[in-house]
Amino acid sequence: MTSIGDNPPARPPAPTPPNAGAGTSALAGGWERLHPLSAVVRAGRGTLALLVVMAVSAVSRNGSGTQDLVRLGLVAVVLLVGLVSWLVTRWRVSDGVLQVDTGLLRRSSLRYPLTQIQAIDVVRPGLARVLGMAELRLRMAGAKGSSGRLAYLSSVSAEQLRARLLAMAHGLDEHEPAPPERPLYQVDPKRLIASLLISGPAMALELAIVVLVLVALIKPGAAGAVLASGATAFLGVSSALWQRFNGEYRLVVAEAPDGLRVRAGLIETSAETIPRGRVQALRLVQPLTWRPFGWCRIEVDLAGRATGGRRNRAAKRAGRALLPVGTLAQAQALIERVMPDVPTERRRPPARARWKAPLRFRHLSYGLNDRYAVTVSGRLRVVTDWVPLGKVQSVRRTEGPLQRRIGLASVHLDTAGRMIFAVARDRDRSEADGLLASLPGACRAARAGETGIGTGRRRF
Amino acid sequence: MPQGAPADGASSADGASSADGASWAAELEWKSPSPRLRGVRRAQLAAATIPVLAIAAGTGAAASGAAVGGIASVAVLAGAAILDLLLGRRVRAWGFTERQQDLIVRRGVMFRRLSVIPYGRMQYVDVTAGPFERAFGLASVRMHTAAAASDARIPGLPQAEAARLRDQLSALGESQATGL
Repeated sequence: MTSIGDNPPARPPAPTPPNAGAGTSALAGGWERLHPLSAVVRAGRGTLALLVVMAVSAVSRNGSGTQDLVRLGLVAVVLLVGLVSWLVTRWRVSDGVLQVDTGLLRRSSLRYPLTQIQAIDVVRPGLARVLGMAELRLRMAGAKGSSGRLAYLSSVSAEQLRARLLAMAHGLDEHEPAPPERPLYQVDPKRLIASLLISGPAMALELAIVVLVLVALIKPGAAGAVLASGATAFLGVSSALWQRFNGEYRLVVAEAPDGLRVRAGLIETSAETIPRGRVQALRLVQPLTWRPFGWCRIEVDLAGRATGGRRNRAAKRAGRALLPVGTLAQAQALIERVMPDVPTERRRPPARARWKAPLRFRHLSYGLNDRYAVTVSGRLRVVTDWVPLGKVQSVRRTEGPLQRRIGLASVHLDTAGRMIFAVARDRDRSEADGLLASLPGACRAARAGETGIGTGRRRF
Repeated sequence: MPQGAPADGASSADGASSADGASWAAELEWKSPSPRLRGVRRAQLAAATIPVLAIAAGTGAAASGAAVGGIASVAVLAGAAILDLLLGRRVRAWGFTERQQDLIVRRGVMFRRLSVIPYGRMQYVDVTAGPFERAFGLASVRMHTAAAASDARIPGLPQAEAARLRDQLSALGESQATGL
């Protein structure tokens, strides 16, 4: 990326440039550029880290002048690369497709059909917030992390574009104003902190700290070794906890006619829009340590890979929370909004399932109506999963050796989601067979009923 | 894996369907992969065994004489023979059937799986043939849905049958397609 940042190569203009967006940096043919300061924000974290290093070395007078020069050079290169990338990146919305052209040496032209959008997020890292900028992320249904990014736009135009894209995704006129939204609830930060402190990973971390302090008191020499051996696990758990805290701080869920809005964040804020009919599964988790307080958590699963560059694996596995912590009444109200008329009747597995799943047995059950399936499982925590039958991709029956001995089988309902899978565990084999025979038809019927509602368009 | 296997091992292929009792699964007409799949598995096992055998015999003989080398190679061969029997049972356990609106695939001896995949949910079909399968004139067909967990793979089909199934599946998938 050392060559000169020329203007983007000339491209044939689109046949019908709608040119609707009131962008500040419009190019010919309806194309628009990102915010000119994008490079600064992109380089932001690295630059800040380097500045801190330089300040430290200047104070302690360890670093020589040449080292500082090298660091400054690094910052300059990062900024230059960002500037070139800004110059060669442009985007436009035309014919129901968001088009993003980027790349200097290897040009790539990405197209995102708006009818296939699974969710739209507006994300603002700390530095971008200071500069009044935001990143727009489109979550698509593709299997391999095919999410579109526009980093960065000005906050105002990001909001406008989000409303415009959503309107188009729902098949409305693109100038349709964003419909009014109704807040459902806000999560209390104090309760969030308390709930995180007594969650499983945090308890392990706290225990480790106590042990470390004790070791340091008894044998000061050994503490360093203990710390060094557990440092990576320590960092991993704390960063996962931090990301959960940052991602769920002041989480607000609002309901709008075009979907659910989820806003959250302490330093990096995000505003996510989940259009109607995109939810693949819901999960209610009641961890053991939360039960005395009557708290629970609701996660939602969509098709396509979860976006978010720096979220680590633990944070990803935790899933997108719709309700990071709340009472059961709040949870039920939310479930009612997202999936009306879920089955309430639960069927228990046969008593002999106790031999196969002694810890799970207390919680195991499943329920079914003509639109949704619900399964309950979990050893220490109780996990309840809801799946719309219209979203089920395939049905599987599995039998392990132990299960077969006592005539049990599990039935899996596979959806396009990534984290939440509904499994009716340890059912009587004849019952599992009955499910396997009846579910495909029930799913087809649910699917047919689903397309009748809403805009009448084919829904994903 | 070896424990529990002999108990119901006598009639594995039939066992898989008769274990379903008088259920609907037993009444279906199951199609099986080609018997040549047995040959493919045997060839793959042999290809994996030969280097292990060479290393076992070589190191045994070099470290403590020809007798130990001989014992080591006999042990490796015995292990391969047992694996071969187990692979045979697994080959016989594969089955699939094409219904009007879905494909059903069953597999596995110890961990049995039976998947029902509606044609309408199909994203794409692919046909693959590794070197061993190709040598025996076979191919695998796999039907992909939007769910990563869907398990619709049928190995060891004769190549003509694989091509027929692929065309059949894509035609049915096209005509019954639904969204995500």
